[in-house]
Amino acid sequence: MNSPATPKARSELAASPGWLSPARWRRRRNALPASGRIGLALVLFWALLALLGPWVIPHPPGAVVSTTVFAPMSLRFPLGTDYLGRDMLSRILIGARYTVGLALAAAVAASATGTVLGLLAAISGRWVDELLSRLLDALICIPSMIFALIMVAVFGSSLPILLLTAALGYVAGAFRIARSLAVNLSVSDYVEAARVRGEGRLHIACVEILPNMVHPMLADFGLRFMFIVLMLSGLSFLGLGVQPPAADLGSLIRENLSGLGDGAAAVLLPAIAVATLTIGVNLLIDGLADHGRPEGGGGKA
Amino acid sequence: MSLHSGRRAQAARNGAGAAAESSADNHPQVLVKNLRVVAGSPGTPSVLVNDVSFAIARGEVLALIGESGSGKTTVALSLMGHTRAGCRISGGSIEVCGTDVLSLRPREILEHRRRRVAYIAQSAAAAFNPARRIMDQVIETTMIRRLMTGSAAREKAVTLFRSLALPDPQHIGARYPHQLSGGQLQRLLAAMALMSDPELVILDEPTTALDVTTQIEVLRAFKRVIGERRATALYVAHDLAVVAQIADRVVVLNSGQVRESGPTMQVLGAPRDAYTRTLLSAVARRVAQSVAQEPVVATSGASSRPPGEDNRRQLLLAVEGLTAGYGKANDQGLPSSLALLDISLAVRRGAALGVIGESGSGKSTLARVLAGIMAPARGTIRLQGELLEPRMERRSREQLRRIQIVFQHADAALNPAHTVAHILGRPLKLYFGLRGAARDERIAHLLDVVHLDRSIAARRPPELSGGQKQRVNLARALAAQPDLILCDEVTSALDAVVGAAILDLLAELRRELGLSYVLITHDVGAVRAICDEVAVLYAGQTVETGPLQRLDAANCHPYTRLLVSSVPELRSDWLEGVASASPGPAMPATASSKDLCRFLPRCPVRIEGRCDQQPPPLNRTQQGAQILCHQPANRR
Amino acid sequence: MRVTLQLILKRMAAAALTLLLVSIIIFTITSLLPGDAAQAALGQNATAAAVAALRARLGLDQPVLWRYLHWLGGLLTGHPGYSYSNGLPVSAIISKRLPQSLLLAAATTVVSVPFALTLGILAAMYRGSWLDRALSTTTLAMVAVPEFLVATAGVLIFAVKLQWLSALTFVLDHPTPLEFLRSYALPVLSLCFVVTAQMARMTRAAVIDQLSQPYAEMAALKGVGSARVVLTHALPNAVGPIANAIALSLSYLLGGTIIVETIFDYPGLARLMVDAVSYRDMPLLQACAMIFLAAYLGLVLIADICAIVSNPKLRRP
Ligand SMILES: Nc1ncnc2c1ncn2[C@@H]1O[C@H](COP(=O)(O)OP(=O)(O)O)[C@@H](O)[C@H]1O
Ligand code: SF4
Ligand SMILES: [Mg+2]
Repeated sequence: MNSPATPKARSELAASPGWLSPARWRRRRNALPASGRIGLALVLFWALLALLGPWVIPHPPGAVVSTTVFAPMSLRFPLGTDYLGRDMLSRILIGARYTVGLALAAAVAASATGTVLGLLAAISGRWVDELLSRLLDALICIPSMIFALIMVAVFGSSLPILLLTAALGYVAGAFRIARSLAVNLSVSDYVEAARVRGEGRLHIACVEILPNMVHPMLADFGLRFMFIVLMLSGLSFLGLGVQPPAADLGSLIRENLSGLGDGAAAVLLPAIAVATLTIGVNLLIDGLADHGRPEGGGGKA
Repeated sequence: MSLHSGRRAQAARNGAGAAAESSADNHPQVLVKNLRVVAGSPGTPSVLVNDVSFAIARGEVLALIGESGSGKTTVALSLMGHTRAGCRISGGSIEVCGTDVLSLRPREILEHRRRRVAYIAQSAAAAFNPARRIMDQVIETTMIRRLMTGSAAREKAVTLFRSLALPDPQHIGARYPHQLSGGQLQRLLAAMALMSDPELVILDEPTTALDVTTQIEVLRAFKRVIGERRATALYVAHDLAVVAQIADRVVVLNSGQVRESGPTMQVLGAPRDAYTRTLLSAVARRVAQSVAQEPVVATSGASSRPPGEDNRRQLLLAVEGLTAGYGKANDQGLPSSLALLDISLAVRRGAALGVIGESGSGKSTLARVLAGIMAPARGTIRLQGELLEPRMERRSREQLRRIQIVFQHADAALNPAHTVAHILGRPLKLYFGLRGAARDERIAHLLDVVHLDRSIAARRPPELSGGQKQRVNLARALAAQPDLILCDEVTSALDAVVGAAILDLLAELRRELGLSYVLITHDVGAVRAICDEVAVLYAGQTVETGPLQRLDAANCHPYTRLLVSSVPELRSDWLEGVASASPGPAMPATASSKDLCRFLPRCPVRIEGRCDQQPPPLNRTQQGAQILCHQPANRR
Repeated sequence: MRVTLQLILKRMAAAALTLLLVSIIIFTITSLLPGDAAQAALGQNATAAAVAALRARLGLDQPVLWRYLHWLGGLLTGHPGYSYSNGLPVSAIISKRLPQSLLLAAATTVVSVPFALTLGILAAMYRGSWLDRALSTTTLAMVAVPEFLVATAGVLIFAVKLQWLSALTFVLDHPTPLEFLRSYALPVLSLCFVVTAQMARMTRAAVIDQLSQPYAEMAALKGVGSARVVLTHALPNAVGPIANAIALSLSYLLGGTIIVETIFDYPGLARLMVDAVSYRDMPLLQACAMIFLAAYLGLVLIADICAIVSNPKLRRP
């Protein structure tokens, strides 16, 4: 079980010290630090845009609506036009929808599967645990970008495949964390107490262990979402991600790269969009973690 | 400098505390006035220490006593110019050896710690850097100050090791922390503190983490070096009996405030403050109770048991030849490291058996095996004659219900995600199929039984205090209406007063519900308080079993004697008194020592040529006690 | 000592086993190719006979297990087959590109590791200070910024606007130091950008984790200055986690090189891999992936060994 594969997971734990303990999450509600609030605002902003996109776009995103390519910002085209003369605002709104939607779906799939498998490994016998751990340990050893390249080479880059690729590429990390959480919880005195009481495995898994995994897995979910956004944008930037005519934020940067020399908004804005989204998520998680730190020894009476 | 002396003069004029006599040369070594420490944000600070004042004269040992969380460590650390993360000193003054500690700049604070004050922490095992050799750590500050050459410093350290009675003083410094025992590390920590010949030594609960038998050695070593050097010391502790041995004066702290202070004998002998009296009675009650119980058990009487029952009560739990351990099993099916060796015990209905032993003696393993969490390698467990499956998975629900376990760490044993009502309701549903109103009613009743307010049902464990959590734990066990409750160190994580209340509750429940207990503990006092039978565990073996009076019997096992006599008493001359009972020089265990007496290396009355040759025989007394020893009864 | 050696051998064996498992995963995925590689290579209107001939030449008519073993044997002996797209031996193609990638990785390592360690340790030493907070915010943002953004911004500023550096990396045979600097500065710096941030954060976390241990507080209480506490108390205990952090961050380079080599049109292994994806050149893709994975596992293994060797509990039980 202690294969050299574990360090990646270990580091994911180490990079986020402290916030994996459920008790620490309860105290977080009072107030978020300023950076955390900025993060929250950014995340909400992008979530809202992704949600409302199709209803607020001024022009059809695929239509060439201007004769000027790389037009500057104007009233008609608030964010200018792209290398073909399409409206940038509309394209970014729809692009964000792809990026956020795809990454969200993949992150949910990865985290949920990882949690279920981790819980399963922790409570079932040695064999199931050994099998799952070995397999996912091997998977975790494949850096996600390389995994993505292989998947795309074999299966192409349709949306379902991209989703599957991102989910598979990040499920192993979620599994590792979920498993170690569940294993730690399953040797705790209260689970022991439930066992001695004669509770079944399902009760122990769902009622005693799972509720205490939710908060740490949520924090991990945020990080996973961020890395998936980065990976998917990277793929699109290489031309291997979302394929035209559809375009996510990464593809927008790629197709407008020729405007880079002139500093066109069409290439800078999508780049800024990706950066603000990922930084926002990161700030939010960091703020939550900072805030969740315990204040001293805890009360006794 | 003139500013300092000005302050000093003023402080002396104000004369805080009894020791601060006004004459200049009798100026106290330490003078703390109106100290206030707060934590949290400046807007809504929580006060950890409020208006604490005391003085320590040169060569005096002052004890700071109070329960955990009372602010003892916070005060002690502030003398070193240190506060824990998130805390700050918001008022008062601290003067150590004429230096105003609070006005020191960061660089001067380091100098202050290197020269004047030294700190001995509670857990020496954690206080040493695991990656560096002991010697390097002991002489580190001396080397930073360039006081002497490396070899001179090492020589001085070895001298200190010797005077602290450490084994192999020449070479012990070359080891790493994980290669030494807790008691040794604690003394090495003291050596590290004394390297700089400090003017003030702060000892923060230095023996709390140790077994009583180790504590006595460490205490003795501390007392000697403090006496030899006429050191000024602040001794932080929660154990009044320990304090009685070592301190000249006592300050009692509660919720960050001084409740009482004065000479040790006066405070312990004639406490003026109500809180001090509670603390004292928590200690005294245990002794008193055991005295009260003695005649009861001696006549096999029934006053503390359900009336109308036969003397020869029904056998509830019978354990026969239990052997268990950890690690891979060898070809005989025995695990590689044995934690329990051929244990036999019996608990009658309504009786309470105390299983007592030091850490590592196998107490928790016994609890786990009895509960079925861990399967034994050998031996049988019978509940009312019915053979129990070794593993709980294969025991019937009814069998599981009849034996309940209460864990040591109350907070770890309660799921933080559930409400108290959910926690108590689960066994009711599982074992009795109770739901709805009937269940709620039963939950309320259970809370009444353990003297908790009914409103607690809606709360979650993180919102409860340690004592409340342990009561909920107990209520959960009671919900199953068990015959037998296994209590694994149920009071050791609690403060004396809270722990005493839990023990009272256990005694009351036994009286009223006719429960049986197996009370597993390292605390002789707890056993005395509620048990009527005792089993003494040493290195996985029961060296002695029998009625509670065995603890004080003249012919008890040598280890029982050592254990019982190591429990500190409130008399201040106790430490000197037990000095003679100290074990002889440790004897190397021979290779063929497998079946020999496990206590051999530490036994003060071993018989050369016999104890180190043959396994000890099991002696039975008329009262039904069993003792595993070679020595004839009159010589033990 | 024996225990340590045993432990190290065990780790090496486990790493080898993992590499084997990984090779199975990679081979399985690449054999799931919908349709047929031969068909794909020859196009839709190739004759059935031509396809069959190519299938036989590529060994596609053999059972999967045999193909896997054959491929594995080829990898181990340095002959991982022939490229689908140009028929050259994969080993020949890779051996031209590998040194370039190694050069890039080495340059990045030499710049980023000392820099990141210094930053991380400084931040830990003065934690809570403005320096720490500034570093923490900056590195937090840096981790979240995609590498392609960094690289393109670098090109825009330094190559297009300021024209200090070259946007494309020309590999010269005997570059002068200045030429070398001009052509390598941008790719190396782009890679360093993200990797350094990651490494510095993890180093800081590892050191601070040690500083929160009771022994660090004890050292402070005996009058050891904070810099010294970090250097002589925390660092020896943080060697394992820091080595781990370095290994992981450098492996993060892999993702980065793929993007950066593409942007700068750098003739390295990662670029080769991206091309292999575009041409669905499976043998080339498999070989590139296995090289990257072996490098990754090797780094992690070295970090693991560092952790074992630096732990006295394992060294002297
Ligand atoms: N870093 C901290 N921040 C906030 N409160 C703390 C901190 N450390 C301790 N406390 C609180 O201060 C009180 C006193 O603690 P302490 O001095 O450790 O008591 P003692 O040494 O008597 O056990 C407790 O209520 C504890 O929870
Ligand atoms: S058997 Fe011998 S060594 Fe063991 S306790 Fe008895 S006298 Fe001591
Ligand atoms: Mg304390």
